[in-house]
Amino acid sequence: MSAGASHTNAPRRAMRVRMLLAWVGALVVLLGIDLTTGAASLSSSEIWHSLVNPQSVGSTEHLIVWQLRLPQALMAIVTGAALGLAGAEMQTVLENPLASPFTLGISSAAALGAALSLALGVHLPGIPVEYGVTANAFLMGLLCALLLDHAAKRLRMAQHGIVLLGIALVFGFNALLALIQLVSDAAALQNLLYWMMGSLGKSRWADVGLLSAVLAFAGVFSMRQAWRLTALRFGEERAASLGVDTKRVRRHALMRVSLLAATAVALVGVIGFVGLVAPHIARRLWGEDHRWYLPASACAGALILLAASVCAKQLSTQIEIPVGIVTTLVGIPFFMVVLSRRRLG
Amino acid sequence: MALRLHELHCSLGRRKVLQGLSAAPLNHGQVVAVLGRNGVGKSTLLRSIAGTVPCTATQLHLGDLDLRPLRPAARAETIRYLPQASPGALYLSVQECLAVALNAHHRHPAEETRQRIAIVASDLGIDTLLERPVDELSGGQRQLVWLAQSLIHQPRALLLDEPLAALDPNFQHHVMKLLRRLAEERALLVLVVLHDLNMAMRYADQALVLQDGKVLAQGPVDFALSPETLARAFRVRARIEPCSQGTSMIVIDDLLTL
Repeated sequence: MSAGASHTNAPRRAMRVRMLLAWVGALVVLLGIDLTTGAASLSSSEIWHSLVNPQSVGSTEHLIVWQLRLPQALMAIVTGAALGLAGAEMQTVLENPLASPFTLGISSAAALGAALSLALGVHLPGIPVEYGVTANAFLMGLLCALLLDHAAKRLRMAQHGIVLLGIALVFGFNALLALIQLVSDAAALQNLLYWMMGSLGKSRWADVGLLSAVLAFAGVFSMRQAWRLTALRFGEERAASLGVDTKRVRRHALMRVSLLAATAVALVGVIGFVGLVAPHIARRLWGEDHRWYLPASACAGALILLAASVCAKQLSTQIEIPVGIVTTLVGIPFFMVVLSRRRLG
Repeated sequence: MALRLHELHCSLGRRKVLQGLSAAPLNHGQVVAVLGRNGVGKSTLLRSIAGTVPCTATQLHLGDLDLRPLRPAARAETIRYLPQASPGALYLSVQECLAVALNAHHRHPAEETRQRIAIVASDLGIDTLLERPVDELSGGQRQLVWLAQSLIHQPRALLLDEPLAALDPNFQHHVMKLLRRLAEERALLVLVVLHDLNMAMRYADQALVLQDGKVLAQGPVDFALSPETLARAFRVRARIEPCSQGTSMIVIDDLLTL
């Protein structure tokens, strides 16, 4: 029986590995397309030579590829992965398929925290100024996540109640953001607008490095909790009866979600839809064994945001269309196709 | 080895559900049917033992183990609780459900996981379902999967809240026969909340009849489920009729007025 179980499990695992590799392959292809798309006309050959042998191309080409296009494309990948992972964990711990950092207000809360830092100069004591925006965004995002968790568990709020509360929080935070805009000077106002639309245009290597580090940190801890997070899918009491310290797992997951969402928002602004859609795609294709579901959701998020970045550039090479706008427009039909298909495996 | 309960109190909100519940020791190797009208505290009793609701007690011991200071996750080492509510939509195979149950608390090597899944699945007769998505199973098959989840850790006590709800008669008897066998073979204490009094008569060793958060009657089913007890606990006029194959059957003739 043991051999049989092992034998029958192997094709399923192999199929999942193949599917994940196919998605990584698609990500590489999209990265190539993204790098060759932009306002400046650079051929694929020039891009390739600039990547593998930077000395063989002119300084302009080098600057465009290495300082503009590559960090922006990589930022799309890590931001999408961060939001995909955050959305997956959030949907699991709040037991709500409509949960995501965007729909439940964490992104808006993080943006408000960032706005407090940028427009009003409100910083947390003891935090270096250069990290003030991220720290504010993280704290506000965490407070929002804890509020949602408290409402869900202590007030015994039903699933639709949590979503409604999240929507109310989005409106509330956006109203406060608008108030801050009202009293901001022109420079601060420009920065705030940049956040609220979500843009990869200002991404630099330092941003890519910071978000990659946060993603790696959160990802490692998420994967270590994969069994316990899967157990939460059976419900609070069943998970507790399986030996899971549900409060601790939930609290740690919400901290990771806040860190991921807040860092992403602080660096590229509010990008909706990715954190909501990516987990659904991953769930349909890979199932809910979180050892697969979490990396698959991160991969799906990366693919969606990179695809949105490519679409934004295809639509107009002259003006930068904020990727947050395109994400939603690209994501909806993609989501509909996935939902209409029967799940695999 | 026995479960000992004394002066168990539990409140949900402002409502005092268990009001100093005490019971004679519940011995291992037995199936104990927990009976009573809706709202008398049957589920709360199981949840209090499992630790998923706060309670106080002067004694709450499983053998020598004092359960009171232990959190639910720690109690799960020896006690497995199966709530009544079924999970919603799950994108998991039966094998994955069992693997999660085994590895959620402590990780086990992959080979050991496979072996223990195979053993419990074979024991419960679900070994042909391992690769099936759990959402595609019938209600009865799903109930067997949840039971297998509880048993894969080889607990000393099993707390089941209405495991027969929504099962057809075939699966109801299948599950109860299974619980009887497991209790005897594994020296397992099975506390099972039931509403079907005849299921309790046929398969349980003992009955624990609750009323207003306390034990109204306890003992062997033939003794505990007397017409007088049934009248007080369920407000029904009932009689116990011997059947041709040696078992007794409860026949309810009428409701008693309040």
